Amino acid sequence: MIPVIESEVSQHGWMTTQEFTDIIAISGMSPGPVTANSAILVGYSTAGLAGAISSALGILLPAIIFVTVIATFFSKLNHYPVVQSMFYGLRPIVTSLIIFAAISLALSNHMIAVNFSWHTISLLLVFGLSLFALMKLRWHPAYVIILSGLVGVVLYS
Amino acid sequence: MSMKGQWKTLFQLFWTFFKIAPVTFGGGFAMIPLIENEVVEKRKWMKSEEVTNVFALSQSVPGAVAINSATFIGHRIAGMKGAMAAMIGVSLPTFLIVLLLGIVYFFIQDNPKIESAFISIRASIVAIIAYAAIKIGKTAVVDKSTFCILIAGIPVLLFLHPVMVIIAGALAGIVTISIKRKLGYEVKMDKKDRKTEENDFEPFMGAGI
Repeated sequence: MIPVIESEVSQHGWMTTQEFTDIIAISGMSPGPVTANSAILVGYSTAGLAGAISSALGILLPAIIFVTVIATFFSKLNHYPVVQSMFYGLRPIVTSLIIFAAISLALSNHMIAVNFSWHTISLLLVFGLSLFALMKLRWHPAYVIILSGLVGVVLYS
Repeated sequence: MSMKGQWKTLFQLFWTFFKIAPVTFGGGFAMIPLIENEVVEKRKWMKSEEVTNVFALSQSVPGAVAINSATFIGHRIAGMKGAMAAMIGVSLPTFLIVLLLGIVYFFIQDNPKIESAFISIRASIVAIIAYAAIKIGKTAVVDKSTFCILIAGIPVLLFLHPVMVIIAGALAGIVTISIKRKLGYEVKMDKKDRKTEENDFEPFMGAGI
């Protein structure tokens, strides 16, 4: 979706590619979906707060329409055996999607690398300790993120 | 539901997703463990495998997983109004945070401390997403066939668009169930009547995922 936003933005002359790249970086750093975040920032830099709000509404409106339609169908169809068979196959696929997302993110952060450097090892250590805190100590993910940020300041500055 | 009870549910939906939203770094998957925690364990609005179904549906419609799944859950619990409450709840914190970050961006842009904090945070996000995979995997893998579908799905994602993979997964489900029925196997659709669920789960742990 980001390439689509990019082409629309440059077509309308709202900002340069460089500015847009910065916006993607901020969107990635913020919580929430990157696409929604970048739309909000494009709106803000083009037309201030009103621009940000209208971009946010523009992103949210299709979602609520799609979801309402699908959810209405789904609650009617859920009792058919064939729909239950579909979900039997869909649930493992969703797990694959999540694992795939984790691997892609790990690759883009250089967490998985061919030549093991101190950097890679330290990132894997942060990963392992975070997973341990989440699964075994049952920490809230927000604490893990905050503590991890502090560890990052110590390790990588 | 009484008027007052309905408003209470709507506010609970809003507040639940308002609290979850700030943790959705790196896409909606990072919020799965929190949704499980709040929606399944604490509020008992849905069962664990229903949450997995919601994420399957959220993936198959356009838009962000975080927003779609919140809207789905809201719709499931309190209809259209619930969908709106959950959607506003999940969007408002990130809207404010991204605006704030955008405004102060030029001050922190080159701050090496922020950059180094994020190097570590991104590794933790991978851990949160892996934790989500483990939680979803527990409800998804009910037998050998579902485990095979899971493993096959990962390399296929390199070549096919996620929506195509989701459609393929649904077809695989229909085909597998009908073959099993024809061969006279007993088919377990979900986890309800299984007692050995931790054993099936070992391969994930072994792979370090």
